[in-house]
Amino acid sequence: LTGCVAGSGEGGPSSSRVFVVRRDQDIYIQTLRKLFNESHGIFVGLQRSEEELAGKSRKAQLVQVSKNYRSVIRACMEDMHQAAISTRDPALHSQYSTQVSILSAMELIWNLCEILFVEAAAAGPLLLRLLDWVRLHVCDVDNMVREVLSSENPSKHELFWNVVDVFVLQGRMDEARHLLSKEASANPASVNMYKILDDLMKKMPMPSLGNTQTLTEMELKWQHWHEECQRYLQDGTFASNSHMESICKILLGDEDAILEKKELMTTWYHFLVTRLLYSHPTVKPMELRFYAQMDLFLGGESSPEPLDTILMAAFEFEMHQVIKECSIALSNWWFVAHLTDLLDHCKLLQSHNLYFGSNMREFLLLEYASGLFSHHSLWQLGVDYFDHCPEYGRVYLELHIERIPLNTEQKALKVLRICEQRQMHEQVRSICKIMAMKALRNNRLGSALSWSIRAKDAAFATLISDRFLKDYCERGCFSDLDLIDNLGPSMLLSDRLTFLGKYREFHRLYGEKRFSEAAKLLLMLMTAHIAPCSFWMTLLTDALPLLEQKEVIFSAEQTYELMRCLEDLTAGKSDKQKFQNDDVETMKVEMLRLALARNLARVIVKEGTLEGS
Amino acid sequence: CAKFVSQKISKTRWRPLPAAALQPPDLFATGSWDNEDNRISIWSVGELGNVGLGGEYQGEPQLLCDIRHNGDVMDMQFLDQERIVVASSTGTVTVFRHHQNNQTLSANQRWEKAHYHVDQNTSCGGAACTGVICNNPEIVTVGEDGRINLFRADQKDAVRTIDNADSSTLHAVTFLRTTEILTVNSIGQLKIWDLRQQRNEPSQILSLTGDRVPLHCVDRHPNQQHIVATGGQDGMLSIWDIRQGTMPVSLLNAHEAEMWEVHFHPSNPDHLFTCSEDGSLWHWDTSTDISEKPSFLHQGGRSTTYFSHSTINQSVVSAWLSNDPTKDRMEITNLIPNQTLSVNSLDILGPCLVYGTDAEAIYVNRQLFA
Repeated sequence: LTGCVAGSGEGGPSSSRVFVVRRDQDIYIQTLRKLFNESHGIFVGLQRSEEELAGKSRKAQLVQVSKNYRSVIRACMEDMHQAAISTRDPALHSQYSTQVSILSAMELIWNLCEILFVEAAAAGPLLLRLLDWVRLHVCDVDNMVREVLSSENPSKHELFWNVVDVFVLQGRMDEARHLLSKEASANPASVNMYKILDDLMKKMPMPSLGNTQTLTEMELKWQHWHEECQRYLQDGTFASNSHMESICKILLGDEDAILEKKELMTTWYHFLVTRLLYSHPTVKPMELRFYAQMDLFLGGESSPEPLDTILMAAFEFEMHQVIKECSIALSNWWFVAHLTDLLDHCKLLQSHNLYFGSNMREFLLLEYASGLFSHHSLWQLGVDYFDHCPEYGRVYLELHIERIPLNTEQKALKVLRICEQRQMHEQVRSICKIMAMKALRNNRLGSALSWSIRAKDAAFATLISDRFLKDYCERGCFSDLDLIDNLGPSMLLSDRLTFLGKYREFHRLYGEKRFSEAAKLLLMLMTAHIAPCSFWMTLLTDALPLLEQKEVIFSAEQTYELMRCLEDLTAGKSDKQKFQNDDVETMKVEMLRLALARNLARVIVKEGTLEGS
Repeated sequence: CAKFVSQKISKTRWRPLPAAALQPPDLFATGSWDNEDNRISIWSVGELGNVGLGGEYQGEPQLLCDIRHNGDVMDMQFLDQERIVVASSTGTVTVFRHHQNNQTLSANQRWEKAHYHVDQNTSCGGAACTGVICNNPEIVTVGEDGRINLFRADQKDAVRTIDNADSSTLHAVTFLRTTEILTVNSIGQLKIWDLRQQRNEPSQILSLTGDRVPLHCVDRHPNQQHIVATGGQDGMLSIWDIRQGTMPVSLLNAHEAEMWEVHFHPSNPDHLFTCSEDGSLWHWDTSTDISEKPSFLHQGGRSTTYFSHSTINQSVVSAWLSNDPTKDRMEITNLIPNQTLSVNSLDILGPCLVYGTDAEAIYVNRQLFA
């Protein structure tokens, strides 16, 4: 947890300060967002990739994924570096520079893990890979190299021999020979020495990547070559030139000679690889640990840094230790989560269950994704990570997704889509209810209805319909006719909604003077119990004009039905209620009874009359 | 290929080309969303020097300038060569001006609270402005408050406001004619409004027959004003003929999730493009079988080919209205190989396509018909 302070501090005991506490500070750095987004794409691609591919092709695929991750880290490093250079704020500059070195360290570790674990390079190619690794990452000497190479007369440069040594230490034989040739042409006296040294360097046996030679062949050749170097050294061929002599000693793997060039190697792992190159080029992966000795290099002056401990654990093939140390050293779960996931796909992590039930890969992914969810924007990435955590992913997602603030409808729609795709019905209902309530409060009845349709929430649809009906009773006309007239099949979502639609239809029919149809509909609304009891009075009152028409509309049957409804309604009310209801109510009932009776009278006569007489 | 920009992109729009221009567009604007600090950015893809093997554009879009925007960018449209109208989730509509000489953006004009809810108890009473369309100098906006506003650039007050035009959220708006607009809403209705009339009622309402699926986007055919395409929440593409009836002419099952934008190609309307929450971008091609592909590079003497093609378009009844999509061959291609997160917006002009995603990436393709 990191915190930063905001707000005015006036000093003194009564100064008020507001602390802005942020979990996981890193995710707010702009440049790192690219890292999160690009790696998300790689992660999802990896999960979806073909599991059926076996053996070599699967391994090649995993190595490619690892390389993709690394190139994303490097791209981010570049951007961060650009940002560091271009900023004028010293605080930002130092922050960016720190980030650059952290990213660089991450790439270093990942690269080593790729060589040792993902690719699982065997003896032979292992050394070549390690050499590439060293060349790529120990760049402190690059400036010096550039300086010498670009000078007019390299062999006269004071750092000339340093550069040659660098090349030799890194196994860059061709470049070393090229430089030496310049020295030879400038210094004819040492031509003989140069020729021999050049020859030795040319003939040095290197492991091959293909199947052109077996390990034993390589070892034999190497032994011969080693002996030849030994002979030349003992003969004193290089005695007159200390530089060339030390190079020969290095070629022979003389530890002291190599250690003399400590400053040019700068790190103990460079030393390790150089040692291997010149004393045991066919080293097997499991033998690395015996050669990885920090103390020789550090000489007891400085204690190992976290990076050193991590790399050491890697050389010792202690994968869990690597992950653990990285988790401690880094402030963000990004690195360990993705690396562990990749190693898990390589089937390298035993499913050793942590005591709360999930395995290490899942634990780290859950932590990382939870961190993403605390970010206002990156939460969308977190969803895919939770998806690929079989044990607890779904639960975590359910809990997190409900807490995302929904400030626009569009954001709510996106969150809803995520929930629907995963059949998280509870969350769908809850979100729709929230949005529908918001819409209702803002008097957006159409929006509210739209949300309840999405959630198939009948109860809410009833609520909305009641709102409409209330508005109608108060104002005497319908609001939002465009909605009610066009309900379509969604009308069936709730009874109240159906009633609303049908009631509106009644009004329409009345307006179009289709009285008998309107009458039939009105009656049906009451008898089929679609109308809520509270509304019956209004419906009966609506029937009044139909009853008072010159032409008889309601048949005798229908009139009897209406009367029955009226009696049901009045009987239902208790005496107390009758008392409280003012004269308007009683007058209404009276009028209705009168109108019904009159209608009944007319219709009996009409129905009893024979046609045409 | 992708350019990752550290912000979720909600809208991308090409800057329109001047009428007689022959070259493809070289500048586009983007708007972001869901950030504490949202931005409008202008990007350039002008350098045609980096042309690779297949003539594909190799370089990345370069950021020219950007400016802070308050609220999510909900919709965006170029008013003219220099001005962009932006709709915000706070309910404000802003006109930004892009100064070419020193490559800066500035806010030229602003209509605060163009869209709002009446209840003062809610946060700020602001309702998101969801759609904006321009026909210089007129600007029409619609929002979550169901309101339609008609603004004029450089006039401080709204020329006309239709309150409560809709009881649900209006998601998008387009011009049918200079005096007629069409809106789509969240209960699946299209409404046509005649701006010459003073009454606040739509002159026509069309809707889908089945469930009232919300409609999110709409676009009118560039040459034939009665043909309109809409995209819905269920990813369905509907083609409507405004003159005939109140139901769509065809319903095409397209995406698996909300369709966010639909665009007819402005100069070659046999091509339609849609993008969706499911992460795909589809290219719908109803052009009949012709061996020569339309060429849009307009370089040298190719212009004759272009003109003859467009007259063919206008004389024949549009392929979109044919009731049997299986009879006339329609090619549908998904332009995104590895889809992950939602494609929120796309724009096409000439041979160039640009789109933006929730994975914080922008993609540009300048050889669309190659």
